[in-house]
Amino acid sequence: MKKKSGMGVRSLYRIFVYVVLLALAISIIVPVGWVFIASIKENSEFYGSPWTVPKGFYIQNFIDAFEKANMGQYFMNSVLVTALALILLLVIALPASYVLARYRFIGSKIINVLFMAGLFINVNYIVVPIFLMFIDADTFLRKLGMTDGFFLNNIFILALVYASTALPFTIYLLSGFFITIPRDYEEAAHVDGAGYFRTMVQIMMPMALPSIVTVILFNFLSFWNEYIIAMTLITKDSKTLPVGLMNLTQAQRGAANYGQLYAGLVIVMLPTLILYILVQKKLTQGMSLGGLKG
Amino acid sequence: MDVKKGKARSVFIGVCVAPAVILFIIFMLVPTFNVFKMSLYRWGGFSNNKEFVGLDNFKKLMSDTNFLRTFQNTILLVVCVTVVTMALSLIFAAIISREKIKGENFFRVIFYIPNILSIVIISAIFSAIYDPTNGLLNSFLSIFKGDKNPILWLGDQKIVIFSLVIALIWQAIGYYMVMYMASMASVPESLYESADLEGANHVQQFFSITLPLIWTNIRTTLSFFVISTINLSFQLVKVLTGGDPDGATEVFLSYMYKQAYTNSSYGYGMAIGVIVFLFSFGLAAMISFVTKREPLEF
Repeated sequence: MKKKSGMGVRSLYRIFVYVVLLALAISIIVPVGWVFIASIKENSEFYGSPWTVPKGFYIQNFIDAFEKANMGQYFMNSVLVTALALILLLVIALPASYVLARYRFIGSKIINVLFMAGLFINVNYIVVPIFLMFIDADTFLRKLGMTDGFFLNNIFILALVYASTALPFTIYLLSGFFITIPRDYEEAAHVDGAGYFRTMVQIMMPMALPSIVTVILFNFLSFWNEYIIAMTLITKDSKTLPVGLMNLTQAQRGAANYGQLYAGLVIVMLPTLILYILVQKKLTQGMSLGGLKG
Repeated sequence: MDVKKGKARSVFIGVCVAPAVILFIIFMLVPTFNVFKMSLYRWGGFSNNKEFVGLDNFKKLMSDTNFLRTFQNTILLVVCVTVVTMALSLIFAAIISREKIKGENFFRVIFYIPNILSIVIISAIFSAIYDPTNGLLNSFLSIFKGDKNPILWLGDQKIVIFSLVIALIWQAIGYYMVMYMASMASVPESLYESADLEGANHVQQFFSITLPLIWTNIRTTLSFFVISTINLSFQLVKVLTGGDPDGATEVFLSYMYKQAYTNSSYGYGMAIGVIVFLFSFGLAAMISFVTKREPLEF
């Protein structure tokens, strides 16, 4: 008898646990799903209750977003910046992490300490000095006769800034991995007559592939979603998607172009969501390697 | 022969390390140094009139009521977000990893979603949620209390800061939950088994086994909370409210950005940056000192 009432409390507790978990899950699924549904509604449907079912699939929102709100251009810019920054980052950070993890040389200790300290420098603080540095550089170029300026409003420079500011975290993660590989591999490669570069490129880097994938994932998300640096360094046409979307959010408060706005949201979200669904295991496991968001 | 080999080694090291070091110096060290240097100058606009004023900017800051308000707002945000997010994500992590929940993977995947979304997206979602007339939240609430007096989630000075707290918690919970789950997974099962045999219930087990054993991880996340709340609140405010209504949601870095970038008072803006920088690391260091315990072996 006593046992039975214990079971009652127990199952009541389990029900309560599920209700709480489901409530949180719903609070995430509903708003995100709602954006997808809103993106196919006509503008007139946004007056009144937000819970109405869309009358049809109003694809015009997406066409408008791409054509009128310039999302197509922004999308290409974002793809270009993200891809370029990732390539730059890997080309620069991989050899550096390997050497810093493996070789002792004059200054190697200081360099390691500097990169560790770099983990604590947040771009939000240094974005204005970077902007001012580029203004100075552009004025200097103008004196030399280049009228257009080069550093501001340049998505290649933006990609370079992204890659540079991601260096400390990436090097921290990759050299943490390289340290764990036994030295025997390199010694064997040396005996076989491979030089330093060949040993690094053909022996060590392939082994680091899982860590490289983690690095790409995290940095893809942060480059694709970033907007503070992009907003500061790019003030003219070549905006990235999040900045374009931000302008649309602010414009939407005046002129009611909800359909376009939500279509824009879907365009920004979809690539990250698809990537996330494909690799969610990897991402949530890679997290335990440590990392600071924001 | 040996000299040649040594030279090859130096060239290899130089080629590999130099690009990273140079970029790091140009785009991170020099700007950081400049933040501190510029805070000592009065420098406004594009006129290039830099005047060394020592600590004047800092003195002005101390009597700037707008800045004191951002201070208040930021501390309120940091405290609320840290306490609530940490409690909830610890509890959820413990439940999901200990209670043999069905659909464990489903919950983990869903809870982590806000973390992969851009803050711009999160802001847009929350402005749809908080819209006073057609918002998701008010139209849901009107089922219970009718249409009268819609709550102005982003328009009421007393409420708006808590609307931001909710958005930040929503954003962060999954991230920390996954992190705590990872460290809970390393607690040996045998400890729980023996606790079960001695009749300790799950709540007791949570406080006397789980919490002490993942304490190191909790300490790390506390510093994360301070630093990331200061950063994320800026990004959220920048899109969602712009500091409105009437400065009620202005936070540290949004005020810095406003002064330095929008108003072009670079010197003053950088002085704010210095204070925030020192404050956040001081706070993180203090928390880490206060929460120090002998790490438990298991």
